[in-house]
Amino acid sequence: MMNAAAFFLFGGFGLAFSAMAAFGRNMVGCAFSLVMAFFCFAGVYAALGAHLVAVLQIFVYAGAVMVLFVFVIMIIGSRRMTGAGAGQGRFVTGAGVLAAGAALVLLIKVFRGSAVGTGRVSGPFTADAVAAAGGNTRVLSELLFSEYALPFELVTAVLVAAAVCAVTLLIPKRERSGS
Amino acid sequence: MKIDPWMVQALAAGIFMIGFAGVLVRRNVIAMLMCVELMLNAANMSFVAYAWQHADMAGQAVAVFVMAVAAAGAAVGLAIVVSLFRALRSADTGGITLLKE
Repeated sequence: MMNAAAFFLFGGFGLAFSAMAAFGRNMVGCAFSLVMAFFCFAGVYAALGAHLVAVLQIFVYAGAVMVLFVFVIMIIGSRRMTGAGAGQGRFVTGAGVLAAGAALVLLIKVFRGSAVGTGRVSGPFTADAVAAAGGNTRVLSELLFSEYALPFELVTAVLVAAAVCAVTLLIPKRERSGS
Repeated sequence: MKIDPWMVQALAAGIFMIGFAGVLVRRNVIAMLMCVELMLNAANMSFVAYAWQHADMAGQAVAVFVMAVAAAGAAVGLAIVVSLFRALRSADTGGITLLKE
């Protein structure tokens, strides 16, 4: 099945790229690994039938958010971050990796062994039903503008507030107080 | 070859834990923010996986909202990083000791 092959391919590469992004030595390399990881996640979403979310993932994350990150890395200058690879002390590093690994093993055990990860309660939007109603994008958009209209509008308010907040944070002090 | 629901959840958990370990281990503020983005993406993947598992669209709708809020978070976070850098001339969490003195 093609979807399964795509899932395993993109999932494997996504894991590898996110590890490179999280633990790489070079900040610019980290940023570009993160772009590749976001593309792979979009592939995973598409393999799961969430086509609109996959496209938005590429637009918003691999596009907008990563441009912001690369931009800030360029403002600060990667030369000033030569110590970027330097992590915490050996104790904190060991404890952090150990905690993450233990939690991961625990989570996988829970997902494999219980109904959380294996049960299937079928809702109304099976793959065939979605295809008959005009595809994932159409069905999800209709839902967003009807049932989820209020959260949708609230999100726009959050985005405007965030934009104003970011601009206010970056205006130098003397310009802010005197007009 | 078939995708089992637990495999997708395990993938999301793996990505989340990579981000989690990264936030704990890294000292650079921008690298920590990138790891936070990874964790948000893992949560999103879990939502989409449950939407697929239960043939319900609510998970995908929530994933869209999480994406918008995460973008807002990244914008504000990076603005804070830039102003922190202006104040301290460094992006290293080891240098932030204002409360200590």
